[in-house]
Amino acid sequence: MTALVEIKDLQVHFPIVRGVVFDRVVGHVKAVDGVTLSVPRGKTYGLVGESGCGKTTLGRALLRLVEPTGGSVLFDGNDLTSLSPPALRGMRRRMQMIFQDPLSSLDPRQNVESILTEGLAAHGIGADRAERRDIVCETLDAVGLPRWALSRYPHEFSGGQRQRIGIARAIVLHPDLIVADEPVSALDVSIQAQVLNLLAKLQAERELTYLVIAHDLAVVRHISDVVGVMYLGALVEEASSTELYQRPLHPYTKALMSAVPVPDPLVEERRERILLSGDLPSPANPPSGCRFRTRCPWAQERCAQERPELRVLAEGHTVACHFAEEIENG
Amino acid sequence: MALLEVEDLGVTFHADRDVRAVDGVSFAVDAGKVVGLVGESGCGKSVTSLALIGLLPNQNTKRVRVDGSAKFDGLDLLRADRRTLRDIRGREIAMIFQDPLSSLNPVVPIGVQVAEVLIRHRGIGKHEAERRSAELLDRVGIPDPRRRLKEYPHQLSGGMRQRALIAMAVACRPRLLIADEPTTALDVTIQAQILELLKELVREDGTALIMITHDLGVVAGLCDSVNVLYAGRVVESAGRHELFAHPTHPYTVGLLNSIPRLDALRGEELTPIRGSVRDVLAWSAGCAFAPRCDRAIETCLTGPPSLEGTNHSFRCVNPEVVP
Repeated sequence: MTALVEIKDLQVHFPIVRGVVFDRVVGHVKAVDGVTLSVPRGKTYGLVGESGCGKTTLGRALLRLVEPTGGSVLFDGNDLTSLSPPALRGMRRRMQMIFQDPLSSLDPRQNVESILTEGLAAHGIGADRAERRDIVCETLDAVGLPRWALSRYPHEFSGGQRQRIGIARAIVLHPDLIVADEPVSALDVSIQAQVLNLLAKLQAERELTYLVIAHDLAVVRHISDVVGVMYLGALVEEASSTELYQRPLHPYTKALMSAVPVPDPLVEERRERILLSGDLPSPANPPSGCRFRTRCPWAQERCAQERPELRVLAEGHTVACHFAEEIENG
Repeated sequence: MALLEVEDLGVTFHADRDVRAVDGVSFAVDAGKVVGLVGESGCGKSVTSLALIGLLPNQNTKRVRVDGSAKFDGLDLLRADRRTLRDIRGREIAMIFQDPLSSLNPVVPIGVQVAEVLIRHRGIGKHEAERRSAELLDRVGIPDPRRRLKEYPHQLSGGMRQRALIAMAVACRPRLLIADEPTTALDVTIQAQILELLKELVREDGTALIMITHDLGVVAGLCDSVNVLYAGRVVESAGRHELFAHPTHPYTVGLLNSIPRLDALRGEELTPIRGSVRDVLAWSAGCAFAPRCDRAIETCLTGPPSLEGTNHSFRCVNPEVVP
């Protein structure tokens, strides 16, 4: 099993500028600060974390929708960070994105056929209109939209159907990788399940590789093979989906999991909650050492001095915490 | 007698065509209890709460008709005049909205906004109000309250803003709190903090709470009784344990089966409800959920089903048989 995407020490730092006439850089927001991960071919990598942890920026930097300031992204052996613009444009066919809010990511003045054909035309797929229409129709079938949708506009559809259009736009080019940023969080629960099942079906049919970015642990765990947990610009834990939920090792992962409400009163009553105090610190001025230490119930002196590296604690299970073993053993 | 008794509440918007957003909703809230109103977007849960405290746009004009009754300690909120309602809102009944940024005034410091409630309803002086505001912020868990009082909403984080909003809501120790999706805009760890705070307020002050949410997980951890709404009507109503142990209406069952659960085995398939809320039948013609229901039979289309049962009631002619 080879990796389709290999991200090495990726950094995205946004400059903070001040000044009336001349812009002066007074600091950096370290949105992504040294993330290394690899997405296996044909599998789903789930990235979870709270707002502001840098998960969306990571996804966008992977596709070079924002320019990384350091590190490299290997996509099928090619380093995306050093590709020239025309070469990158060619590569874009193979990596597509699904956005959170389907209404604002679809042009309200384009009908569905035009939305779906645009990418085909740009990459020169399909000889003429008729051939492109065939490809588009086949894609509509795949995502479960009727043919009459072709001449309609985004506002004429419900939220779930709009997300299906977004998915159709992503898969029409037969990409290898799809980055899905919060694909279901804007949808009602009954519709969420439909879209999650659709994503699973498409992956099986088309051998797609997914990077799913979401804040909802239950959703991520449901569709991912491997899950990475991010906090303040860095990965704090990575493990297979089953392993992570059975044996969370990082204090942040533990807290996150204990905070997710489960629709079962008996479980809710028995559950031990780890309540985190306070909010996420500012990524412009992150705490020294371990970034989680300001909210960590187990924080000790060493955490303030030394930034913990990701360590392998079991097969395929890495954690960035000095005291992971001690915490696990009580 | 219950603190709030809502009887047959209905809201109709007269636009190009009449929209019956809430259609005969009844429930009761006791002091110190939490009642949940659950449903997806467009089911009428927010309209219900706004109608109760007279905050619907154009309420009591020709464009919006509200019928039924809502007795709060004997007083019918739906028939009360504006002056009475103004005195009740903020003092006896308070509301917490979903988006704290848009429900706080951006150009007024937090402290002034919290103190305003106290000055208006308690008639106390400015300095006393400021002192009490600081106490309130402290109570809802905002660190360094003296400094925060002087800050503007944009300087606070999302969780902090929601805490400030809760501080305003509980300033006059209201007997009833209405929380409309209070944690939907927040991260899970912050959500857990806010839910814990709401529980504490209910336990310590004996406040009654109406919790409006789409999240069945939140309901499971917080509410004493639950009303599931669909297309403006209550389709199932039961105590918390009863509802989750024996969901009876196909819609409730469908919702529960659609949620990926953290404690479930991985790979367990989700069984979504088909279609969308747009596939709705008028209640007058039959069951509004019938077009999306797998258990629909012919009787479903012959007329509106009635709400059956006392402790655990449901509106279905072919309910789910629970093994």
